[in-house]
Amino acid sequence: MGVGITVEHLNAFYAKTQALFDINITVQANHATALIGPSGCGKSTFIRCLNRMHETIPEARVEGKVLIGDLSVYNGTSATQLRRRVGMVFQKANPFPTMSIYDNVAAGLKLNGFRHRKQLDEVVHKSLHASALWDEVKDHLHKKSGASLSGGQQQRLCIARALAVQPEVLLMDEPCSALDPISTGKIEELIFQLKEQYTIVIVTHNMQQAARVAEFTGFFLLGKMIEFDKTEKIFTNPSDKRTEDYVTGRFG
Amino acid sequence: MNDTNSNSVVALIPQINMPPISLRRRVMDHVMTGVAVLTVALVLLPLFAIFAYLVYKGIGSINLAFLTQTPKPVGEPGGGMANAIAGSIVILGIASLLGVPLGIGAGIFLSEYGRNRYGDVVRFISDVLNGVPSIVIGIVAYGLVVMRQKHFSALAGGVALAIMMVPTIARTTEQMLLLVPQAIREAAYGLGVSRWRTTLSITLRTATSGVITGVMLAFARVAGETAPLLFTAFGNQFWNWKTDQPTAALSLQIFTYAISPFDEWHRQAWAGALVLIVLIVAAVAAVRIAVRHGTLAGA
Repeated sequence: MGVGITVEHLNAFYAKTQALFDINITVQANHATALIGPSGCGKSTFIRCLNRMHETIPEARVEGKVLIGDLSVYNGTSATQLRRRVGMVFQKANPFPTMSIYDNVAAGLKLNGFRHRKQLDEVVHKSLHASALWDEVKDHLHKKSGASLSGGQQQRLCIARALAVQPEVLLMDEPCSALDPISTGKIEELIFQLKEQYTIVIVTHNMQQAARVAEFTGFFLLGKMIEFDKTEKIFTNPSDKRTEDYVTGRFG
Repeated sequence: MNDTNSNSVVALIPQINMPPISLRRRVMDHVMTGVAVLTVALVLLPLFAIFAYLVYKGIGSINLAFLTQTPKPVGEPGGGMANAIAGSIVILGIASLLGVPLGIGAGIFLSEYGRNRYGDVVRFISDVLNGVPSIVIGIVAYGLVVMRQKHFSALAGGVALAIMMVPTIARTTEQMLLLVPQAIREAAYGLGVSRWRTTLSITLRTATSGVITGVMLAFARVAGETAPLLFTAFGNQFWNWKTDQPTAALSLQIFTYAISPFDEWHRQAWAGALVLIVLIVAAVAAVRIAVRHGTLAGA
């Protein structure tokens, strides 16, 4: 089951540049939350703070409090433990090129020492089903490299890979930005189904996409969270003038 | 956005009538392609020339005795370099066992943890080590191993060659690991895989073919080295399988035979050189095939 996320007074920095300013947000469990805003406004930085991916960049640091369920992210929890509970799908599909499709999906479990063959088979099977890729790859699970798939298939493979470690939260950083409308449609459909079991935070440049998949939407601008509300409200009746300007296409 | 705006962008680009491709350019195109082919031929020519000449000079002396017997005293016909072939394999085995893990480890450090001052120092030293004359490396191994053991040995020869392998392997491994996109590492981190696991199972594995190329380059380079073996492995006219005893090596045997005044030894030196080069090519090819066999379609 998914868990909620609470963020309090979050500030993020790249060396001396501050990228996020005092972000406060509560993400509901088992819902999809979309983050929108112009390029460079800090959306990606924000979700990378949720699974401590931000700090893998040299000289980057974070201040503030993040709770995933009741797990405090910046308070003694190891980053690897946390990331097993908070999965991530990246903007550009990044399957492990030297691994077969099967091994790509099993990677998270295998590399963490899980070796039970039968259970691995089952997890791979279920994850590929969940990401709607099974029918397309079932005949060459072991023979083909993850990199041999098409762009849209690769992205769904990455989603399967993230699901295989059975996270509670799934972070998606513009998962469809490099995909054609058909693949995008498949992934959106997927998000709809995944919501039942996972809490999803999705960064997107596509406002229609936010409106389609997310119950809640946050609008970022210049490192600040301008507005966070029900998606419907953000797109029809935003409280802030800047949000209105953005969603109506007056800038950005 | 208004209409006049979008129109004017197009209007800004002046209409240009591209002239047809001139004869001069078409000729130049072919000339340059020719030059490129020519340089390839020039690069490959010495290789083929050496190989052809080795075959021409050496093949006549290669027979079963050459591959199975130890050297005979001067004047006695026959005899071979079997002990030197075996010795070379042992010494190179020791060198690879020591040098490959050390070199790859250093490369991993440089790429994953050495993007700083300390890494720069290691890089600089490794480049300097690469330029140290091989005979000097031999002296180092002499001091490290031979002085302590009180006699020459295969181990000392292996250590000398290992030291020579390390900088090449370290630097190529570093370069190959740096070519692995950061996104691949992030994918692993995102799955809750620890950093050292990611480095070994993801980054290094993705870069395998490049790293192996570096290893094979280093291997092929030291396989023919003679100078560092002169006072480490020392050479031996008889069979020896102990790693702490003086051991024959093909390159040493070739050297000894080549500077001797005897025609028979000269012929055997040619044969030895041919065997050495065939062994190196075979080893590199075997590793390549093994690697390709393990690679997936589309990887």
